[in-house]
Amino acid sequence: MPLLSAIIFLPALAALVLALLPARDPRTFRNAAAAATGMTFLLSLWLFAQFDVNNPSLQFVERVPWVPAIGFAYLVGVDGLSLPFVVLTALLSFCAVLGSWRVTLRPKEYFVLLLILETGITGVFGAQDLALFFLFWEVELAPMFLLIGIWGGPRREYAAIKFVLYTLAGSAAMLVGILVLYFAGEPRTFAWSELVGRQIAFEVQLVVFVLIFFAFVVKLPGFPFHTWLPDAHVEAPTAVSVLLAGVLLKMGGYGIRRLLLPLVPEAMRFFAPALALLAVVNVLYGALLCLAQSDMKKLVAYSSISHMGYVLLGIAALTTVGLGGAVLQMVSHGFITGLLFLLVGVLYDHAHTRDVGRFGGLVHRTPALAVVTSLAALAALGLPGMSGFVAEYTVFVGSFATFPWHTAVSTVGVLLAAGYMLWMTERIFFGPLNPEWHDLDDAHRYELVPLWGLIGVILLVGLYPPVVTDVIDLGVGALTRWLGG
Amino acid sequence: MLLLAPELILLATALVVIAADLLMRRKRKAELAYVALAGTVLAAFATVPLAGQRAVLFGGALVVDPFAVFLKLVLLATTALIILASVDLVTERTRWQGEFYALLLLATLGMLTLVSATELVTLYIALEVGTMGFAALVAFLKQRNASAEAGLKYLLLAAFSSGVLLYGIALLYGATGSTHLAVISQRIAAPLTMSQPAVLLALTLLVAGFGFKLSAVPFQMWVPDVYEGAPTPVTVFLAVVSKVAGFGVALRLFAGALGQAEGEWTPVIAALAALTMTVGNLGALGQGSMKRLLAYSSIGQAGYLLVGLAAAAKSATVGAGTTGVLYFLVAYAFTNLGAFVAVIVFSNQTGSDRIADYAGLARRSPGLALALGICLLSLVGMPPTAGFVGKFYLFYTAAAEGLVWLVGLAVVNTAISMYYYMRPIKLMYLDPAPSAEPVRTTLPLTAALAGAVAAVFAVALVAGPLIDTARGAAELLTVLR
Repeated sequence: MPLLSAIIFLPALAALVLALLPARDPRTFRNAAAAATGMTFLLSLWLFAQFDVNNPSLQFVERVPWVPAIGFAYLVGVDGLSLPFVVLTALLSFCAVLGSWRVTLRPKEYFVLLLILETGITGVFGAQDLALFFLFWEVELAPMFLLIGIWGGPRREYAAIKFVLYTLAGSAAMLVGILVLYFAGEPRTFAWSELVGRQIAFEVQLVVFVLIFFAFVVKLPGFPFHTWLPDAHVEAPTAVSVLLAGVLLKMGGYGIRRLLLPLVPEAMRFFAPALALLAVVNVLYGALLCLAQSDMKKLVAYSSISHMGYVLLGIAALTTVGLGGAVLQMVSHGFITGLLFLLVGVLYDHAHTRDVGRFGGLVHRTPALAVVTSLAALAALGLPGMSGFVAEYTVFVGSFATFPWHTAVSTVGVLLAAGYMLWMTERIFFGPLNPEWHDLDDAHRYELVPLWGLIGVILLVGLYPPVVTDVIDLGVGALTRWLGG
Repeated sequence: MLLLAPELILLATALVVIAADLLMRRKRKAELAYVALAGTVLAAFATVPLAGQRAVLFGGALVVDPFAVFLKLVLLATTALIILASVDLVTERTRWQGEFYALLLLATLGMLTLVSATELVTLYIALEVGTMGFAALVAFLKQRNASAEAGLKYLLLAAFSSGVLLYGIALLYGATGSTHLAVISQRIAAPLTMSQPAVLLALTLLVAGFGFKLSAVPFQMWVPDVYEGAPTPVTVFLAVVSKVAGFGVALRLFAGALGQAEGEWTPVIAALAALTMTVGNLGALGQGSMKRLLAYSSIGQAGYLLVGLAAAAKSATVGAGTTGVLYFLVAYAFTNLGAFVAVIVFSNQTGSDRIADYAGLARRSPGLALALGICLLSLVGMPPTAGFVGKFYLFYTAAAEGLVWLVGLAVVNTAISMYYYMRPIKLMYLDPAPSAEPVRTTLPLTAALAGAVAAVFAVALVAGPLIDTARGAAELLTVLR
């Protein structure tokens, strides 16, 4: 059975079914969407279980020729690099559907788009053909545009268009980069596994790197191309924020490691110091911006920029440990930010505001939410025992050898994270109860399920990292081999 | 005889339509559309068995080869959909129904002959047959000032450009001593010929003449006005059928016959491509009328096609550039057709062509909005549509021939074009509707729209075999040299 294709296309198939359903009741759509994403998640877990952690080559490979004239094939497979993200996407999509339980505006279109989005993102992580990678990379645009533009906040149109234009500028550059890469050697192919290890002239590598990196740095997002992110996040509905921060941003970091590092390694080495510098700017700039936010959602959005800085730092180090830390950071950040955005969404659904300053003492009304938020904040600031700690620690250990000064400065980001996360939790939940909220409801059971589920995963990875690091190390081992040490 | 069956069927159908028009009662004249449609479909079926043929007719004036057959099928398929899309307008807005379809069929006949022509005089005559039909069709709603004005503009500029083209043909004949493409190709091969100023002048005039027909900048001035003023089904006909045939014959002439002189005209075409896509896309940004938007968009798309034409005669990979253009033409034809048919549906019902009036269409008519949205995304080049594969493959072939700077510019243009293609989508999906009343459509229009949208996906899905077919057609073209 083509398991990987099933995971990629099950949501799209479900979207088609949903689109044809004549029902009007929003519950029908959300139940169907939950069933589809839940099933996809189970399939992805099965894929994870079946994955052979001793085999460093591509597994679950499926190949169907599409345009043979240019060697353009439907070629998918997973290795240690992509498997964690396939599972992460399936998990967060499921959580996103659960987090959309209260969507009543045009539910049919909403869930259809959400499902198409899942197919697009999973496809990016599964594609092993650069043209196919590009195809899936583009698929995500239209659903995101509509999801932000229709179901978003007051400035949704501005945010949606900004998102599309930024991403499109990036992917246009990437297309040229991919074509240059394709024509750089013989035999010409888009197949990733055949492009790896190819000798390409240094100048060509630099060109390819700049073109493709632009797409990824926009997505990551890296300073100074990050300005679309706070807008998109603030306006996007909860579920879209979860997916945006949880997996869409990871496409940038994943892309750097999948396309740039193994395919143009010399250019990667050449640009590594610049990336490290960019990483430090991201970490500190994002964290400092967090300190100045009063909107919870904006705060979490800027914290993503800061946390993506660690990813960039780990990659720039070009060491086994650093690269492994970067992947772990991406996965862990996916869980944690997904959780934080879900929390923001729940609180907003109940209170209809996200202004940190207007809350206060909510613990008296919403003890369950207070507990979960405190745990999430602790995870975000990197408390030992949670996944964030393992990830950031690994990144720092890995990058210290290469960039000691950059690493030292970046650790300040952790301090700042503790500052803004605890400050936010304290101002919302503790202190005297603001009388405005004396009849606020606590989170419902269905809202708590995804929250506690994610906390469970965060603790699992934090306490027993090999759950994911076995797979990650497999991918990283292969990467460093291509780097030549 | 059988080799010309498609042309003969079209001619016979046109005559039948004219005759029937005289005999029929007014009320039943709407059925003429289906006579025309049946003739077109029959002609398409008559074309299919010609697929493997390589026959020369009339002493080398016409050929039936895979290249011609490929284009003929595209022309006939799009014409059939355009006839479906015209039914409502023709029935409601004009008394001369028979004439409309007869002209449409005769113009198509001209285009079919054009893509088969391998002799310059035949080529010119075929082109004029088409052009005359087009001019009359553009002015068909002559009571409307805009239509009449557009007809006159088209006629004048078409006459002027045909004159330029004819002058170029004459010079080419003078320099090479033949009007047969095969002979010209051989004579032009001698390097000495190129030093003759006559040939260079001939090339210049040919490029200019075709520039008008293909709406290349700086010969594009007529496009927005004519596209806007013409009855919309005729606009589609101009934007799709005449473009496909025009690029087909340009490929045969430039990449085929004048392929040896590639060094002389490729830089010019490349420069025109750069100008055309940039001017088209920038011009589209500020448009308030949907038809004008699509007019500028089709100039932009012509620019991408010119990128392919510039790559077509280079020889790094045999026929790759031509293949790229052929596939892109198919993708472009159906995509543009779908977009225009959606516009026809909308304006038939609301009488408006303003982009702003599309606001909230997704609420009023979800199907129509979705179809238009898909076509617009395909025009941008978004997966999984035909436009994506078409653009990807076209840029791919151009890059393979070393035109990387042009591909870079085309990609920048694609990013620009995203902005104006997204604007109607944004309006349709994000903005409130002025009224909740659905935009009603009719069966023929729905069929045309569904056919075009299905083709937009199908062309992408069967890209492999389709490109192989196009490649077979393209390689043959270079054998001609």
